[in-house]
Amino acid sequence: MPEKKLALIATKGTLDWAYPPFILASTAAAIGYEVQIFFTFYGLQLLKKDLNLKVSPLGNPGMPMPMGMDSWMPNIVTALPGMEAMMSSMMKSKMKSKGVASVAELRDLCLEAEVKMIACQMTVDLFDMQPSEFIDGIDYAGAATFFEFAGESDVNLFI
Amino acid sequence: MSEYTEKFDATGLNCPLPILRSKKVLTSMNSGEVLYVISTDSGSVKDFDAFCKQTGNELLESSEADGKYHYYIKKT
Repeated sequence: MPEKKLALIATKGTLDWAYPPFILASTAAAIGYEVQIFFTFYGLQLLKKDLNLKVSPLGNPGMPMPMGMDSWMPNIVTALPGMEAMMSSMMKSKMKSKGVASVAELRDLCLEAEVKMIACQMTVDLFDMQPSEFIDGIDYAGAATFFEFAGESDVNLFI
Repeated sequence: MSEYTEKFDATGLNCPLPILRSKKVLTSMNSGEVLYVISTDSGSVKDFDAFCKQTGNELLESSEADGKYHYYIKKT
């Protein structure tokens, strides 16, 4: 059976959006896929050594909140200082209590399974980021490099 | 069903950890050996079935008892 390939583009840098690329990549690798993830724009946050990801309830009516707050609390309240930090820490402790892996753990599992991670060089330059901020073992390249792999992939997803 | 080579208790773990960790144990095992997995994740029933179909490993048994799910996977 020839190895299947999965190509992902990760464009978002929040706690909630960090999960889909790492869950899909690690699972595909476990099933035997060769996997590459191209991190661009805010997705680059997912490659930082120091993962400090947040989730924001602001402008996110789909986010369930304790005590049904999502149904009665005016959305503007979620813009108050400290709300983002509070919701992020609540989300993290909820995930831990439900046995959901941390983003760092899933990322480690991806690296262990030889998932190839590529940081978009253009975005790194655009935001004046330093390679020292990122984890080791990743490549820096552009769109053409992504297509080299994506063009022969079985599954391509933009996240 | 009771014969197995390795046992992995995935109790309390949620998707995709039961699959990922089981895969890790399978990698360390020899062809023909059986891995026994216990999980509390109800979504793992379909996932272990799909995992075995796609990796070619044989799902000898998949059952539920007392809110826990039991899998016997023969490594090919």
